[in-house]
Amino acid sequence: MADPLDEYIDAVAKTLALPVEEAWRPAVKANLEVSLRLARMVDEFVLPDEAEPASIFTA
Amino acid sequence: MPENLNRLSAAQIAKAVIERKTTALAATEAALARIKQHDPILNSFTDVTAERALERARAVDAAILSGEKVGPLAGVPFAVKNLFDVKGLPTRAGSKINRDRPPAARDATLIERMEAAGAVLVGALNMGEYAYDFTGENVHDGPSRNPHDVTRMSGGSSGGSGSAVGGALVPIALGSDTNGSIRVPSSFCGIFGLKPTYGRLSRARSFPFVASLDHLGPLARSVTDLALAYDAMQGPDPDDAACVARGIEQVAPLLSQDIGDLRIALAGGYFQKNLFAEAEEAVARVAKALGVTRTVELPEAARARAAAYVISTVEGASLHLDRLRKRPDDFDPAVRDRLIAGAMVPGSLVDRAQKFRRWYRAQVAELFKTVDVIIAPATPCIASKLGQATFVLDGVELPVRANIGIHTQPISFIGLPVVAAPIPLEPMPIGVQIIAPPWREDIALRVAFALEKSGVALAPQPRGF
Repeated sequence: MADPLDEYIDAVAKTLALPVEEAWRPAVKANLEVSLRLARMVDEFVLPDEAEPASIFTA
Repeated sequence: MPENLNRLSAAQIAKAVIERKTTALAATEAALARIKQHDPILNSFTDVTAERALERARAVDAAILSGEKVGPLAGVPFAVKNLFDVKGLPTRAGSKINRDRPPAARDATLIERMEAAGAVLVGALNMGEYAYDFTGENVHDGPSRNPHDVTRMSGGSSGGSGSAVGGALVPIALGSDTNGSIRVPSSFCGIFGLKPTYGRLSRARSFPFVASLDHLGPLARSVTDLALAYDAMQGPDPDDAACVARGIEQVAPLLSQDIGDLRIALAGGYFQKNLFAEAEEAVARVAKALGVTRTVELPEAARARAAAYVISTVEGASLHLDRLRKRPDDFDPAVRDRLIAGAMVPGSLVDRAQKFRRWYRAQVAELFKTVDVIIAPATPCIASKLGQATFVLDGVELPVRANIGIHTQPISFIGLPVVAAPIPLEPMPIGVQIIAPPWREDIALRVAFALEKSGVALAPQPRGF
């Protein structure tokens, strides 16, 4: 069965018109796995709905 | 006439120039000669702006001769990471691609302010490609090398800045720090580095990396020089959207103030893990010298590092998206593959990282109600060997590149001011972070100054240079 992350990489690369040559794919995938693992650490942290991002805009 | 101008601090050079014991021209020529002699090994410079420097030095000398008031950095040679715009040079930011840019039409704000204080720009410095780096290695320009052992890394991404200052080619360099890129080379090269509060120093006309986290700052071999450069560069700048409208708060006159009233603690938990013995020894020496027995916990520091990582990779990818499409083969492959992956991280996760950032900032602000200074390691290890991919810590093999910045990232993530202070261990120095509340660079610099005066923090002389 195909790894869903490979399918995701294919889909996003196509959508964003980003070239991902076969030779680069293992490194791209490894980097994405690290980024998603770290992003999950943040995702798991419960914040209230009212939480503002650090990057709020001042008009 | 001072015997060896290159061994003098910036403060000493400026004093000698102002008192006409030497000239700005002599100081500049001495720096240029030293660069010519030693940079073929250190590889810290990518451009030497000799003609411009000599012209500028003559102008400083002429001003002194005609009785004009000159600034506190009169005749002091300095150099900048090559992501600063230098008029007449394409701003390469460590890349091959940017060499095709037109020459910069105007200097970066911080260069203009250094020169307004009398300093003399002598060149642009090597760096990791697009600042996405902790090693100081560069596939296009070769690695900048560590002045204490040229088989080792300078640290990055301001690698040339660390190498040039540590190797005494210039007394002051400017660098950038998004996740640790001033503090890591300071630690590896045995010098002082200041990452000011986010928004304190203008980033105008410097090539960005991660707008949310980018800082610029100085590196030097003494705290006084660090403070002189920092003071010269302060002030609001409408050309940088993040630069705050805050008045100049001079620190150099405050350095010798007593620090006995400051509440100082060690960072515990996350910051006491994943350390080699050298990093533990450096923190212990600082704790002993300052009489620190208290430990405080920065809550969720591991998550803060994770969030900084996510924001960096996504904003970096956004910056380079078009170059990734058009010129993927002209990137350092390792940088390209990280950036492509960054482009694929869902936006919802980045937004959560920015929300977490505000939460973490509030928690640390609470902590700073009970403490004035927090001490933490700057790097988990001394400078690694050039090309080294992994190290073994507590029996576990870990990638070098990803782990060098683990202790700097949770601090820059919320823009706290930090001085990286060098602890002269043998055979290689290593740095300690002196962390203060937002806008209190003065506190971090005063503690660094006290450590320097006691001899605990010291920029060691480079071997063989």
